Amino acid sequence: MATQVLMPALSPTMEEGTLAKWLVKEGDTVKSGQILAEIETDKATMEFEAVDEGTVGKILVAEGTAGVKVNTPIAVLVEEGESVTDAPAPAAVAVAATAAEVPATVAAAPVAPSPAPAPAEVRGWPHTDLPAGPTKTMTVREALREAMAEEMRADPTVFLMGEEVGEYQGAYKISQGLLDEFGAKRVVDTPITEMGFAGIATGASWGGLKPIVEFMTFNFAMQAIDHIINSAAKTLYMSGGQMGSPMVFRGPNGAAARVGAQHSQDYAAWYAAIPGLRVCMPYTAADAKGLLKSAIRDPNPVIFLENEILYGRSFEVPAEGDFVVPFGKASILRPGMDVTVVSFGIGCAHALAAAEALVGEGISAEVINLRTLRPIDYDTVLASVMKTNRCVTVEEGFPVGSIGDHLASTIMQRAFDYLDAPVITCTGKDVPMPYAANLEKFALITPAEVVTAVKSVCYR
Amino acid sequence: MAKKPDARPNVSKDDLLKYYREMLLIRRFEEKAGQLYGMGLIGGFCHLYIGQEAVVVGLEAASKEGDKRVTSYRDHGHMLACGMDAKGVMAELTGRIGGYSKGKGGSMHMFSKEKHFYGGHGIVGAQVPLGAGLAFADKYLGNDNVTFTYFGDGAANQGQVYETYNMAELWELPVIFVIENNQYAMGTSMKRATKSETLYGRGVAYGIPGEQVDGMDVLAVKAAGEKAVAHCRAGKGPYILEMMTYRYRGHSMSDPAKYRTREEVEKIKTEKDCIEHVRDLLTQGGLASDEELKAIDKDIKAIVNESAEFAKESPEPPNAELWTDIYA
Repeated sequence: MATQVLMPALSPTMEEGTLAKWLVKEGDTVKSGQILAEIETDKATMEFEAVDEGTVGKILVAEGTAGVKVNTPIAVLVEEGESVTDAPAPAAVAVAATAAEVPATVAAAPVAPSPAPAPAEVRGWPHTDLPAGPTKTMTVREALREAMAEEMRADPTVFLMGEEVGEYQGAYKISQGLLDEFGAKRVVDTPITEMGFAGIATGASWGGLKPIVEFMTFNFAMQAIDHIINSAAKTLYMSGGQMGSPMVFRGPNGAAARVGAQHSQDYAAWYAAIPGLRVCMPYTAADAKGLLKSAIRDPNPVIFLENEILYGRSFEVPAEGDFVVPFGKASILRPGMDVTVVSFGIGCAHALAAAEALVGEGISAEVINLRTLRPIDYDTVLASVMKTNRCVTVEEGFPVGSIGDHLASTIMQRAFDYLDAPVITCTGKDVPMPYAANLEKFALITPAEVVTAVKSVCYR
Repeated sequence: MAKKPDARPNVSKDDLLKYYREMLLIRRFEEKAGQLYGMGLIGGFCHLYIGQEAVVVGLEAASKEGDKRVTSYRDHGHMLACGMDAKGVMAELTGRIGGYSKGKGGSMHMFSKEKHFYGGHGIVGAQVPLGAGLAFADKYLGNDNVTFTYFGDGAANQGQVYETYNMAELWELPVIFVIENNQYAMGTSMKRATKSETLYGRGVAYGIPGEQVDGMDVLAVKAAGEKAVAHCRAGKGPYILEMMTYRYRGHSMSDPAKYRTREEVEKIKTEKDCIEHVRDLLTQGGLASDEELKAIDKDIKAIVNESAEFAKESPEPPNAELWTDIYA
């Protein structure tokens, strides 16, 4: 019986990829384990092995084809005497081919490429705060890389340190190419030792350098949190202003896809609670670039919370000049009159999707992207709430002690008389992240939940 | 009776007097701090360095301008030894504006960029990667400074110490790990905390050379320090010095130290005291008269009293200080 060879998912968040090269041709006999093709994700080129034995009956997707969705049939294997037409129809293909079913020769720890560039996220709502002038479309990943490269060119004391940032070119390919440009002195591969290198980086910041510490994910930064808080955030105060810690701790934060409880936590509210830290959580590529440049220049320790799912998404970024985004300045992603929806990071994508859906309900939602959580731009939030008289907050983190809780309390204290309804805080559910696809979906905040919350505060 | 001193023909009278003076300053300062604590002028935690003075004084004698130091919360001795002003240290202990951290750091958290003293850290073991990081910066910047990273036998069981050993040797950082083995991690003797016979020996696993040193003998400390410094400055990476020492007082002011016998403490005090050792070298070698030493004692007493007066008179930080120095 002929079998279809499907486009494999080579990481937790991969949705599509490029079929870079076929290593077999029609008529070739293949054995299980034989390398069939090279598949390129936006972070890595991986070899793809045959699971079944047979003869390559037909190649369905030519090499060089980009944007091939996961699970698309890419070839047909036939047994002796069979013809290609014996293969089952594509519709019969099971939906959930996972990375585990498709052995790749490059083992994947949390090496997880995001989908290839998706359509520009905020098309139709141009950033009100992007400076006038030409823009270019780039992914969040490219924006982060460009920010680091520009700042490293400008300041020789800036260096990058972390696991796999150099020779491997970055676990998520954020640092791709930096080793080539800046050398091993400034792009420092570390052993797997978060507490140790976070402490070393903090000491280096006191010694006259400006470290950028990459955590492969912020989950692992829990090993290092003592240095982030006790050593980096508090020293300026404890030294009576003599010495601070000019440095950046950055990396992906929050849920990726199906990576389970220990790899799927949003730490925004944790770090935002600490005086002495600055906390950034970009949504767009422009946020990512402009905020990271500000973070590297800032004389204080900055927590920079990225998101793996956003890495591959494309946005417009100013193409010229020294583009920076100041801390404490929210952006209005979409103006509206009826309700204020406040979010940050990937929550903005849910908020925008909800706002779009609400148009059909006759509700005009104003979507605010906080961009930094310490400091928080209270003025923008309060001005909006005073206009709309309603507020919903959206974030991926746990509900207790959330950023939404803090905003609700602030709005209550400073704009109580303007509120026509209680503030609703949309958050992730109060559970460790489950692995099962359906349960994970339940655990995460969705646009539908935001829509429900908005309708509730609008009494609809 | 103090231990019979060995002949030390290569040490000058001036050097010995200097060590004597510096060790005595630390001891008298700490005694005064204990007294002020008893009077309620110093609050919170206060960890005295009495007994261990030879370690910092000997190592400072092996250092040069530009070298850095970082230590734990038992830090008063380190600050005085590197030349920080006794008044500023004492006023920090009393939580006054004249203190090194304007009263906002306290006994455990003081810094002096001018003297290259990088704290004063309250989390046991945290100063170890921090010290290696200071050394990382010096290597990156291309100078020949070294960083003295002090920690105790208790901290030596923290995992981050070994994370740091690994990277310090991997990257050949100019850091000297000084283990002040005073034999008690708060109330837990080393025997009750590890089966390792030595602590410096753990460096072998990471390729870091080291040695055990009589930390009650300032000359032995200085000699070992010079060897370690030469190793670091030559670009050969880190070095471990395990200083065998002893604290006479409890872990902190509130520790009755019932985990060891009075006899044990007395024996060290009479046989190994670091200040008596140098005093004997000076007097028995005929290098200094009792009068000379008495004059130094008097001097030191005056400095310490002056620091205590300053620490009492310096005003508390104004309320507005609550809100400063959070962000640069």
